[in-house]
Amino acid sequence: MRYLTARKRAEGKGAAHTGTEHHWHMKISSVGLAFLVPVFIYIFGRALGQGHEAVLDIFARPFPAIVTGLVLVVGMQHFSKGAQIMIEDYARGFWRKALIIAVIALSWTVTATGLFALAKIAL
Amino acid sequence: MAEANRGERPLSPHLTIYRPQITSISSILTRITGNALIVTAVLIVWWLLAAATSADYFATADAVLTSWFGDLVMTLSLLGIWYHYLAGLRHLYFDAGHGLELETAERLGWACIIGAVVLTTLTIIIV
Repeated sequence: MRYLTARKRAEGKGAAHTGTEHHWHMKISSVGLAFLVPVFIYIFGRALGQGHEAVLDIFARPFPAIVTGLVLVVGMQHFSKGAQIMIEDYARGFWRKALIIAVIALSWTVTATGLFALAKIAL
Repeated sequence: MAEANRGERPLSPHLTIYRPQITSISSILTRITGNALIVTAVLIVWWLLAAATSADYFATADAVLTSWFGDLVMTLSLLGIWYHYLAGLRHLYFDAGHGLELETAERLGWACIIGAVVLTTLTIIIV
């Protein structure tokens, strides 16, 4: 048994060592996505099934392009942090670290690829 | 006070003998849908990259996304994202300290599932 007072136990940033930062980030991104996702579903849903020229026209316009870019960046960060929670629940030791790194790498790769595509369409 | 309760805390559920409840099912579904949506994200980004690259490449990616299998994946994605969307709103509501009574929580769980089906149908009709 460790002789800790209640105050000592609550000091610092708790078992996570980063306090509630992770949870807070999920909250921020979820509120952002709550606004972005319905708009993106509409834009993408309308674009899917159209011809190549029409698709290029849609994503060359500022509003669809900016919404898509935001959904990508915010969405992939939300995914990255959310998937990390799942990994931390099920994996330990080496695999926990390896999988978290893989998820973060995948998230940024998808983001970068999508932004590159949007930039190329816009220019 | 100084002694944390280490012995009598609730145990995490033993899944093999755990009776499924709407609260646990809705929580698990949130995790499954959220993580599965990476497949959708990769597909959409691939489709965008193909559109940016060339007409030929776009034809390939577009054929995959609009095939019957692509339709199936996209419809399931739609169901998944609407469910995750509603469940996320529910979590924001929970975080604010509301809706935690068992009855309300159970009703909200059903609302997410039914709401997701309704929203998916509406999306398919409108878009």
